[in-house]
Amino acid sequence: MSQTRAAPRSTVPLAADIAVRTRDVSKHYGTVEALRNLSLDFPRGQLTSLLGPSGCGKTTLLKIIAGLIPATSGQIEVSGKTVTGPGPDRAFVFQDFALLPWASVLRNVAFGLELRGVARSEREAIAEKYIRDVGLAGFETSYPHQLSGGMRQRVGLARALSVNAEVLLMDEPFSAVDEQTRRKFQEDLLALVANENKTFIFVTHSIEEAVYVSDQIAILLPRPSRVSEVIRPTGIRDKGADNIRRDPEYLDIVDRIWASLRSYVE
Amino acid sequence: MPSRSFLLKMLSLAIVFGAWEIAGRVPVSYAFPTFLESMRALALLAIDGTLFTAYAETLRPLALGVLISAILGIALGLWIGLSARFDWLFSPIFVVMQSAPLAALIPLLVMAYGIGLTSKVFVVCIMAMPVIVLNTASAVRNTPSSLTEMARSFLGSRLDVILKVIIPAASPVIFSGLRLGISAGFIGAILSELKITPTGVGDIITYSRSIADYASMYAAIFSIILLAVLFLNLLEKLELHLFRGNNRGYVTD
Repeated sequence: MSQTRAAPRSTVPLAADIAVRTRDVSKHYGTVEALRNLSLDFPRGQLTSLLGPSGCGKTTLLKIIAGLIPATSGQIEVSGKTVTGPGPDRAFVFQDFALLPWASVLRNVAFGLELRGVARSEREAIAEKYIRDVGLAGFETSYPHQLSGGMRQRVGLARALSVNAEVLLMDEPFSAVDEQTRRKFQEDLLALVANENKTFIFVTHSIEEAVYVSDQIAILLPRPSRVSEVIRPTGIRDKGADNIRRDPEYLDIVDRIWASLRSYVE
Repeated sequence: MPSRSFLLKMLSLAIVFGAWEIAGRVPVSYAFPTFLESMRALALLAIDGTLFTAYAETLRPLALGVLISAILGIALGLWIGLSARFDWLFSPIFVVMQSAPLAALIPLLVMAYGIGLTSKVFVVCIMAMPVIVLNTASAVRNTPSSLTEMARSFLGSRLDVILKVIIPAASPVIFSGLRLGISAGFIGAILSELKITPTGVGDIITYSRSIADYASMYAAIFSIILLAVLFLNLLEKLELHLFRGNNRGYVTD
């Protein structure tokens, strides 16, 4: 995979280019208000981060978009269709990988297709391709406990890619892997966003990570959760993966976000 | 070449049987035969066929009871684990069953179901079922939620989630429940033959004790333990055959 980006993407998305749209989404757990009237647009083909202090409802929002938990009120649209549950247009990458410990890498990667009723030979051929793509060729018959944390998340990523969904939902996917692996993942993610025509929604609690990988950052503030600010780090996007962290704009945005989040961190 | 674990198992057996032999020779009690005497008695029981007729009798309530407990127990356990309402409805029954002093309940069972096969099957089930049900239910309840969410997000139906995620995830604990339940079932089978009517292996035990043929009595007890151990080993083989990942550790380890 190339680690430099293709052509820079347009900075202001057209209305038709919104892949996922949330409208006045609220979520209550009993008397606890997790989200209040949250409206946010996710441009097609771009990576949007949901960033905020812990407990701000970013994972809740992601799971509502995935259709895993219902919103108390409001609406989610994916390519114009209202979400009522999980759908073939979305694939999820889990923070704790969510691999089947009793299944080989091959079966784990093919599991999404297995659940969709794809015939065995076909789904294994697709899975083998994505196992190669994420750099795990040769590990097809290994079991998850034989892999390192980073490799396990590559399995989770290959599983999400193999179902060929338009929208990839990533719930703090790199938080359970070590720092060096995380950096490699972030670079690979930039290449993935550039090369695959998919929309990425990325939950993270790391400011640096969000600024490094995102086309758009939505800052969520807690109790009740709302979008306080949407930042588009457009200037640094076409600088190349190796130069982003040295760019003054990158550093400015990181500082600005920290200034606005600081008061919410206990 | 025999493996290290096999050698250790043999060593462990040799220690137990050696201690038995020494205790019999001391003797601890005149009613306690040596290991070799018991084995001779076992061979005699096997040669004259008494042992096999006895097992034909004992295995009937045992096999029936264990089979019913395993199938019904796992089904009920799944149901209880999957539905909070059935948890409230059924769990207390099995908790009570598990802690009830069975020997005291046997007269009640005999009054209700007579002294035949039914009562004995009941005793086996009361011994075996609670631990199978309760283990299955708690294993199902403790399925990692990220795995069920994963299956749902990749469009798994409710049945897919149960068959492809919940049951395999719960299988190690279900099988440990089965192992405990089946060993309890063996105890139940012998208990029923001692407490209800002396038939089968229970008859050999009761009869040999009454004529002070302690070697035969211990031979019968030894044979039932041997059978239970063999059966549990078979069950382990079945588990590894059905769920190959179970001996491969867990992601969260």
